[in-house]
Amino acid sequence: MMKTISRDNVRLVKEKPAASSTNQTWVKMKQNYELYLFMLPVVILYLVFKYYPMYGVQIAFKDFRASKGIWGSEWVGFEHFIRFFEAYNFWPIMENTILLSLYSLVIGFPVPILVALMLNQMMAKRYKKFVQTVIYAPHFISTVVLVGMLNVFLSPNSGIVNHVITFFGGEPILFMADEGWFRPLYVLSGIWQETGFATIIYLAALAGVNPELHEAAVMDGASKWKRVRHVDIPGILPTIIILMVLALGNVMSVGFEKAFLMQSDLNYGASNIIPTYVYELGIQKAQYSFSAAIGLFNAVINVVLLVTVNRIAKRLTETSLW
Amino acid sequence: MNALLKRKTKGDLLFDILNYSILTIGMLLILYPLYFVFIASFSDPNQIYSGDIWLFPKGLTLDGYERIFSDSTIWIGYGNSLLYAIVGTAISVMLTLMAAYPLSRKDFVGRGVFMWFFVFTMFFGGGLIPTYLLIKDLNMINTIWALVVPGAAGVFNIIIVRTFFQSTIPDEMREAAFIDGCSNTRFFLGMVLPLSKPIIAVMVLYHVVGFWNGFFDAMIYLNEETKFPLQLVLRNILVQNQVNSSMMIDVESYAAKLRVTELIKYGVIIIASLPLLILYPFLQRYFVKGVMIGSIKG
Repeated sequence: MMKTISRDNVRLVKEKPAASSTNQTWVKMKQNYELYLFMLPVVILYLVFKYYPMYGVQIAFKDFRASKGIWGSEWVGFEHFIRFFEAYNFWPIMENTILLSLYSLVIGFPVPILVALMLNQMMAKRYKKFVQTVIYAPHFISTVVLVGMLNVFLSPNSGIVNHVITFFGGEPILFMADEGWFRPLYVLSGIWQETGFATIIYLAALAGVNPELHEAAVMDGASKWKRVRHVDIPGILPTIIILMVLALGNVMSVGFEKAFLMQSDLNYGASNIIPTYVYELGIQKAQYSFSAAIGLFNAVINVVLLVTVNRIAKRLTETSLW
Repeated sequence: MNALLKRKTKGDLLFDILNYSILTIGMLLILYPLYFVFIASFSDPNQIYSGDIWLFPKGLTLDGYERIFSDSTIWIGYGNSLLYAIVGTAISVMLTLMAAYPLSRKDFVGRGVFMWFFVFTMFFGGGLIPTYLLIKDLNMINTIWALVVPGAAGVFNIIIVRTFFQSTIPDEMREAAFIDGCSNTRFFLGMVLPLSKPIIAVMVLYHVVGFWNGFFDAMIYLNEETKFPLQLVLRNILVQNQVNSSMMIDVESYAAKLRVTELIKYGVIIIASLPLLILYPFLQRYFVKGVMIGSIKG
């Protein structure tokens, strides 16, 4: 084994001056054939489980019959899409999806930035570390447990939140069974769970802010508050923009899991969003073609959004994803 | 200079006081729910019900835990989750490392094409239904493979590991090894992997947490209860309020049943989170590391 390889190497060196560039590429590929073997299993995995379903998404344009299979089923064009657009629940679902993620974004996005800026100003190293250890923890809790905690804390007769409300003379609130509470609970529990962990990336950016800028600002008599505003925030602006682009691009891909677990007949009017609806129709009711069409509609919006937002960010700020 | 940075004006002092106070209150708001679950799981359910428990457990009891321990579905779920996490992590980490290494090599012809091949799936996918139908056609429903194979070697992870390889394995080292007649495989196994322990730890922990906490794939692909992972069992108890009747044989009145159910809920939250709690010091360190490597644009 060793011998053949070293002979290859020698040949490579000898051929170099004479060989054309395509020849060289070929030699390089041959020499590194093992690397292609490394890639092979993952490439196959992606072809089967990622690319084949993209091909299979054609059932969105067909009338899928299990007996005929994906290939044998009849083409129906945009029938399923039109049916969805004209459905009585099209606008409510769109509204639910967009509002849920807009609220998450508008309220949830700035919080980690503020917390990171504040943590960064904490000079007591040990205490800072302790705070970080505590606020990162909820990130590791599963969605099932999170929603379970919401259920026990917000229970109308035994939950601690309603105990507080009745203690101050209020009436118990049926949080989990109330449409109006669905979005606030979704957003607030998200802030509780992810704020701490989301600060990491901003803290890393803050650590990269040139300390000389701070020193110069202090020399000029700038207060801490001014230094945060005029040194720290501009310093992490590129990071904020990139994360903003990502978040805006994902406006239509709200997480399925939490909404699904929080969903009940009583809050369905606010909690029925595109991903839960696709699940309900597709997996539970086996309307494969119709739900695949809704899923595809969602996926296309996502791509368009991401590309558009990225382009706008590029034009306005010269910071972009690609 | 340092002395200058430390000098405080009145305004700065006020800033510090506000800063510390707000962060401390915020931290307590995050900590308290976790702490409350913990103390409630040891407390007399009647006292939880009447709202007497705030800071300390009252009427200490292990009743909830005893009932949980007597229920086999939770333990079967525990075992299943452990199995899925171990098998899934092993497969996915191995594949991730194997795909990331060639992508980190500048002399790997076709690197850009392969990169696009992977990254494209981040922006667009067939979606839930075509994937579900595929898994069904492959007869993977109700098998462990539906959970551990389709999502293996995610794009983000491949990119993170590739970035790590690029920044820690110098080209000169490889060139020197090749002149000595080392093959790609031997170099990867003998030099690259031993130098990559930190990123392997990051990947292992990412996956273990992901598998331990995941329930969605199990919910759509598994339909036999004996195969359910812990999170699905938890969902029945915590979200759908279905506590196995074997845990309640001796409880008579409806009201008492409600109370014991609450106690069991607090207990299962603790039991389900225990493995992650034990791993937490590592999780924190390596997850932070992963975010840092991931944030390097490359």
